[in-house]
Amino acid sequence: MQVDNLIEIDHVTFGYDAARTILNDVSLSFARGKVTAILGGSGCGKTTLLRLIGGVHAATKGRVVFDGEVVNVQDKTQLFRLRRRLSMLFQFGALFTDLSVFDNVAFPLREHTDLTESMIRDIVLMKLNAVGLRGAAKLRISEVSGGMARRIALARAIALDPELIMYDEPFAGLDPISMGVTANLIRQLNNATGSTALIVSHDVQECFTICDYAYLLSSQGKVVAHGTPAQLNESTDPEVLQFIRGEPDGPVRFHYPAVPIAQDLGITA
Amino acid sequence: MTSKKIETLVGLFVLAGILAFLFLSLKAANLGSFSTQSGYMLQARFDNIGGLKVRAPVRSAGVVVGRVKAINFDTKTYQGVVQLDIDSNVQFPKDSSAKILTSGLLGDQYIGMEPGADEANLTNGDTVQLTQSAIVLESLISQFMFSGKSSTEAAPAAAGAASGAAK
Amino acid sequence: MNGLLNLPSAVGRTVLGMLRTLGHAGLFFVDLLRFLPGSWRRFGLILSQVHAIGNRSLVIIVASGVAVGFVLGLQLYNTLNTFGATESLGLVVNLSLVRELGPVVTALLFAGRAGTSLTAEIGLMKAGEQLAAMELMAVDPRSRVLAPRFIGGMISMPILAALFSAVGILGAYVVAVLLIGVDAGNFWSIMQNGVDVWRDVGNGVVKSFVFGIICTAVALYQGYETKPTPEGVAYATTRTVVTSSLAVLAMDFMLTALMFSTS
Repeated sequence: MQVDNLIEIDHVTFGYDAARTILNDVSLSFARGKVTAILGGSGCGKTTLLRLIGGVHAATKGRVVFDGEVVNVQDKTQLFRLRRRLSMLFQFGALFTDLSVFDNVAFPLREHTDLTESMIRDIVLMKLNAVGLRGAAKLRISEVSGGMARRIALARAIALDPELIMYDEPFAGLDPISMGVTANLIRQLNNATGSTALIVSHDVQECFTICDYAYLLSSQGKVVAHGTPAQLNESTDPEVLQFIRGEPDGPVRFHYPAVPIAQDLGITA
Repeated sequence: MTSKKIETLVGLFVLAGILAFLFLSLKAANLGSFSTQSGYMLQARFDNIGGLKVRAPVRSAGVVVGRVKAINFDTKTYQGVVQLDIDSNVQFPKDSSAKILTSGLLGDQYIGMEPGADEANLTNGDTVQLTQSAIVLESLISQFMFSGKSSTEAAPAAAGAASGAAK
Repeated sequence: MNGLLNLPSAVGRTVLGMLRTLGHAGLFFVDLLRFLPGSWRRFGLILSQVHAIGNRSLVIIVASGVAVGFVLGLQLYNTLNTFGATESLGLVVNLSLVRELGPVVTALLFAGRAGTSLTAEIGLMKAGEQLAAMELMAVDPRSRVLAPRFIGGMISMPILAALFSAVGILGAYVVAVLLIGVDAGNFWSIMQNGVDVWRDVGNGVVKSFVFGIICTAVALYQGYETKPTPEGVAYATTRTVVTSSLAVLAMDFMLTALMFSTS
């Protein structure tokens, strides 16, 4: 059954412990075949959202729907099946340090398919070629730079040609060239394979150049706004404006809550 | 590191371990000296087995020819019944004797087999008829004390020395 | 007064916390056992772990074994000399090593060398999100990362303990026979007569096997449960050594009482 939205987050509430809820009754939908960005400040639950989709945690309230199926964290068989169809690109790559570059990309193929070694070799080299690192196949993970690590992780993420690729802060800490390369790769990959991409980021400009749709989360774990980049740029909501323009002070305060400075310095008026 | 290299090194490691085990079992313990050939069982009854333990050696002319397999108590005759596991290639005449001896002055106790003169040999399940129990130190001392009846001064002196030693 | 009243509740809380950790660790261990049969299929992984755990510990185990053997030879000679029983030196050295020092000292060294390395490795994998990545790729990290290491540790420990004892006996031989002048024949023959393969060597092997399980399980648990920060990992490695050592010593007491009680 083809559903228009590959993923539906339906009134989800979640917190790691009972004291702090990170996501408060959020509802999002991610269209099939499109690149959707999830924007927001640090700690507002963006990465948590990815974890919920991947079935790592169970939502306290509400449901996560993947291609029409409600994700049930207790059902190991279902999780296994769903995880075969998605992959995640972690912030620093999360490459397996005890394996070589080649073995890292070959990992999902060796674990989940019965392909012969020569076929795996061809596929791995093609994936590495797609990210421009075919020549680095023999290197150890300790020998690659940060930007290269993320590209290798991308090659690994697309090894099984997943329907959904989740990118956790793919632009964080990259130099302008690497950022451009990464953004380009994400968009091209999406165009070429028709897969769905979810980008979690706080780099608004870079995201807007490649995404079709975006959600903005606030630090209270709520959806503040959503729309195409053009729509968001024209928004008049002060929270949206502050985030997009990167203004130091606005609805998100500059000063951490404190007593008046006069009181702290012991000056009486 | 290539998987071939790892395999070789691990193989060497396991081999070294096996060699160590063999060394410990054969050279440093009694697995090698005790023949694993099949043996046959003999029984011997003693009034007092003293400090004899299971796995104690059975010697004849000082050479180990078997091991004590089990020690039980016969509730009817109030005797100790010792099962002996003797090497198959060692035969004893039917009138051989088994004594409980001590190696050295204060060492472990073992069974000494002295061959008799009979033409027929003991076979599996036979009982050694002639046995001598272990020597109990206190009985020895009291024997010594009361054998010297001729010299009555020696007896109290020996008794005093014996009681001092027996403490 | 308040502080005094808080003391019992603090103690209570600590004890409850320890019980909870013990339970959590126990569940972890039982869970891990489930993955052992399956991971035999990944034989290559197990081999590389035996290499990482066993081969890499060889140097320290063998060196310590030789050193302990030397020292035992020397010290026991001095003591036995006062009883005129120096011929039994081989026997006493062997029993000390094979029954106690071999398994226990090897376990303590193992916890320090291999245990901490395991904890740090797994802790860093967790910190680098490698375990989470594996999970999201539908590969259970316990099956692929933990189980092979557990089997590797189980295999390596008895081998290392046997090597320790064997090398120790040889070391004592060198000191006693070659240097001091104890009779070589007596050294070996009295030893051979007095050491029982099943009771002494065998029990020693059982001990080292049990210690291997303890040390490896503790190391893996600490690594898996550590907080994914640098200090978390550092803390976890310390806890591995301390917990393993205490557990090994306690287990040794129980096993010794069980195996070598005067019957």
